Amino acid sequence: MSVAAPTKVTPPARVITTKPRVSDQIFRGIVTTFSFSALVILSLIALFLFLKGYSTLREQGLGFITHFEWNITTSDSGKEVAHFGLQAMLVGTVVISIIALFIAVPLSVLTAIFLTFYAPSGVKKLLVTVIDLMAAFPSILYGLWGYFVLMPMAEYWAKLLQKWLGWIYIFDVPQAAYSRSPFIAGIVLSVMIIPIITSVSREVFSQTPLDRVQAAYALGSSKWGMIRAVVLPFGAGGVVGGSMLGLGRAFGETVAVYSVLNIVFRTNFHILFTQGGNVASMIIQKFGEAGKTEISALIAAGLVLFILTLLVNFAANFVVTKTVKSGR
Amino acid sequence: MTNAETSSINQNGTQMSDQNNQTSPSSLSDVAANRAERKVAGTLPLGTGLEARGVHAWFDKHHALEDVSLDFSAGTVTALIGPSGCGKSTFIRTLNRMHEFIPNTSMAGQVLLDGKDIYEAGIDVTKIRLQIGMVFQKPNPFPSMTIGENVLSGLKLAQLKVSNHDELLEECLTRAGLWTEVKDRLGAHAGGLSGGQQQRLCIARALAVKPKVLLMDEPCSALDPGSTLRIEETISQLSKTMTIVIVTHNMQQAARVSDYTAFFLSDGGPGQMIEMGPTNEIFSRPRDQRTENYVTGRFG
Amino acid sequence: MSTNTVQSTVKPTRPWAPSPKDRLITATSVALAILVSFIVVAATPMKGKLAYAFIFFIAWLAIDSALVIGKAGMKGVRDGLAAKITLLGGAIVIMAVTSILWSVVSRGLKGLNLAFVTQNMREASLFDPIGKGGILHAIVGTLMLILIAIIISVPMGILTALYLTEIKGRAAGLIQFLVQAMSGVPSVVAGLFIYAAIILNTPLRASSFLGGLALTILMVPTVTRTAQEVLNLVPRDLREAGLAMGATQWKTVALVVIPAARSGLITATILGVARIAGETAPLLFTVGTFDSYNFNPVKGENTAIPIVVWRALNGGSPESIQRAWSAILVLLIVVLVLFVAARALGSRTAKK
Repeated sequence: MSVAAPTKVTPPARVITTKPRVSDQIFRGIVTTFSFSALVILSLIALFLFLKGYSTLREQGLGFITHFEWNITTSDSGKEVAHFGLQAMLVGTVVISIIALFIAVPLSVLTAIFLTFYAPSGVKKLLVTVIDLMAAFPSILYGLWGYFVLMPMAEYWAKLLQKWLGWIYIFDVPQAAYSRSPFIAGIVLSVMIIPIITSVSREVFSQTPLDRVQAAYALGSSKWGMIRAVVLPFGAGGVVGGSMLGLGRAFGETVAVYSVLNIVFRTNFHILFTQGGNVASMIIQKFGEAGKTEISALIAAGLVLFILTLLVNFAANFVVTKTVKSGR
Repeated sequence: MTNAETSSINQNGTQMSDQNNQTSPSSLSDVAANRAERKVAGTLPLGTGLEARGVHAWFDKHHALEDVSLDFSAGTVTALIGPSGCGKSTFIRTLNRMHEFIPNTSMAGQVLLDGKDIYEAGIDVTKIRLQIGMVFQKPNPFPSMTIGENVLSGLKLAQLKVSNHDELLEECLTRAGLWTEVKDRLGAHAGGLSGGQQQRLCIARALAVKPKVLLMDEPCSALDPGSTLRIEETISQLSKTMTIVIVTHNMQQAARVSDYTAFFLSDGGPGQMIEMGPTNEIFSRPRDQRTENYVTGRFG
Repeated sequence: MSTNTVQSTVKPTRPWAPSPKDRLITATSVALAILVSFIVVAATPMKGKLAYAFIFFIAWLAIDSALVIGKAGMKGVRDGLAAKITLLGGAIVIMAVTSILWSVVSRGLKGLNLAFVTQNMREASLFDPIGKGGILHAIVGTLMLILIAIIISVPMGILTALYLTEIKGRAAGLIQFLVQAMSGVPSVVAGLFIYAAIILNTPLRASSFLGGLALTILMVPTVTRTAQEVLNLVPRDLREAGLAMGATQWKTVALVVIPAARSGLITATILGVARIAGETAPLLFTVGTFDSYNFNPVKGENTAIPIVVWRALNGGSPESIQRAWSAILVLLIVVLVLFVAARALGSRTAKK
């Protein structure tokens, strides 16, 4: 009679519990409560902007986003009739942000490549410090510089663009008025967002796996060949994420844009022409003299801006976390 | 290789599964002697081969490699053996000018390819690397490219024109021993291959630019024994048309694949090349006592 | 073939590094390209700095390519072109920063005198010539705002960071996400929110306190993020040592972790302050304006440096514009000092 071998029985894992001391419970309670402050604040922002902007939203409906008039008139019967439409401002926000990206992304990527692969170490340290410093400049400084220093030069460039490329729709102008245009606002914005795109790109480029870099060189690649074959595919996701972070910043820029853009409630795609707008600067322009009805509209505009930037930042952080932190 | 020889190698392989065992030199030298008999002399004109003269290497101020002179004859396989940290990898990287990528390094001496010093002023280093290829310890195919693109990537990077891509693709993958496994999925991404397959892909990639010399820095140390044997077969085949230098920690591997072996050692100072000779001699009757101590497993 | 030990009289060399001859060739090419650009500009109707720069780049590219093509062929030319374009990108960015710094310093210094930083505007107007009236009240106002913001946002930020690094509860992912979302709130929205929530709903009116609240919204995410990074750097062994001695978690955190991260937390605060010191838009809704000192944080309007700059800029006269530049110079100096302090502290923590 054979004896069956004893079957191996693995005991189930014990559930380990601990009852924290009272002082720790209080500690955890306080910390947890305060850390939900982020949630509370964001919700409060959404709530109050909605509450105070509600009357406008109800009255204008979807037209708030799609119409482009912004005025209060008195109808024949003496009633106040308000038209609030953000379309021109929303389009304007997007237009100048795209111009900014168009200029900033190539410059930032080139600078990041230069810093990571070409710059000698002393130069690199200096430049990195300078670029980080740039990120801390007050935005009104960009407004001052943009208006007094950049604009004269940019008007000259705009004239050149119109002269040589005026046959393209966006470079055409209905009149020869080039100051305070979306083009100039776009340039100012681009200088403001270059630091953040550069620093995210630099971080991801410097994480390029060394073994792939060496593989490319061992095959007889030149430095640029290696960058194209290894660094750029690896870093593409990080660059996109950084650009979206820059985009989010550009959407919400206020005083810098206000100084260099002529706010007009008409959708304008002639970027060299002195007509444009962006929601944030429109808000501060109108706020000073706004009556009760208009204030509600401005608050509603703030709500729209809030939601817009929130969406862009969600997407940006998602892309950045997936590519930069985890490596590819 | 007949079945009998294969099984004797396997037997020896399992006998000597780690370096610190008590293997008698005769069994290693038997293996080497077998190989010496099996080798068919290279017949293609390969120039005068690769020669290192008085090569030194420094990392910052640290003198890592001292006065190494080695002559790699065309069409031969030379193994570089020795304990860890004695400069073998550093040396092999001076042969294709990869040493200079590490910041703050310097070197002295000459490395001659077909009689011309590759470190001469005015030389285009990328051309040198096309003639002296390298396979690394950890397989490193380009993950953003497909298998086919990986093999041909060297051509693209060097901007070389080739009339028939498909022919070259098949030729390189066949020589690397990978064609039958991937011929139906050349468009698949390289990341899906196993470690051994990736390494063979890297070998195919290195072959595509038609180098005269192939440097291999411990190419099998990250692989399983089955892939290792397959790659060793590839090395044997390749040695008919090119010069191969292989760094290895595995003495049995050195005995199996190489015609010549050089023994490196560092006594705490810079690494030096102690002895070089035909493989079966190094393993059976080394001239230097230190070499004998190493190959008999007294240290290592 | 064994080697004899050679005495190390061999010198290390770097044959791959650019030799003096290479450097001379590069310098000559650049000089030649500059010369060409001057010649072309003089000879053709092209003019302006843009023309010089453009011709210089083309000429340098051509000369360099001619030198390289013999050695490395088209591949070398492409490599050289890529290197030059990269350098160009970096140069443009540097020129932009330099332009900004230069204009602030050169224009701001003109109006910067003792009166500017020691007087207020009670008896002067923005349009008066420089020398009459100053921004001391605005400096005070900015400091008050910063103080209020620090008092609220530093504890909030550090506590949130503690939740993420010490407690790591189930909501950690959500909270992390929300902190990142909060960092994207535009400054104008923060100001508008305080206006909508408090000024329109309560008897409270514009004051430093409300401005500080608006700035808190912008400062908390920066403080949290930096504090989190710094707390994560504290080695785990320290915490385990505390807990192994039987200390409660809060004692471990208070007496071990936080002191270890102290300079990093100060860095986090400084970076947060640098972020908000220059903010203008939120203050326009919440702080109002004032020409003299108002030391009461909760009652009465106040002013701050960015508000002065804003109003001076919008004033439009040469005097007010001059005040704007000088005021922004003062603000920039403040931000710079904070930034350098944060860097110095930060590198000290890293070295420890």
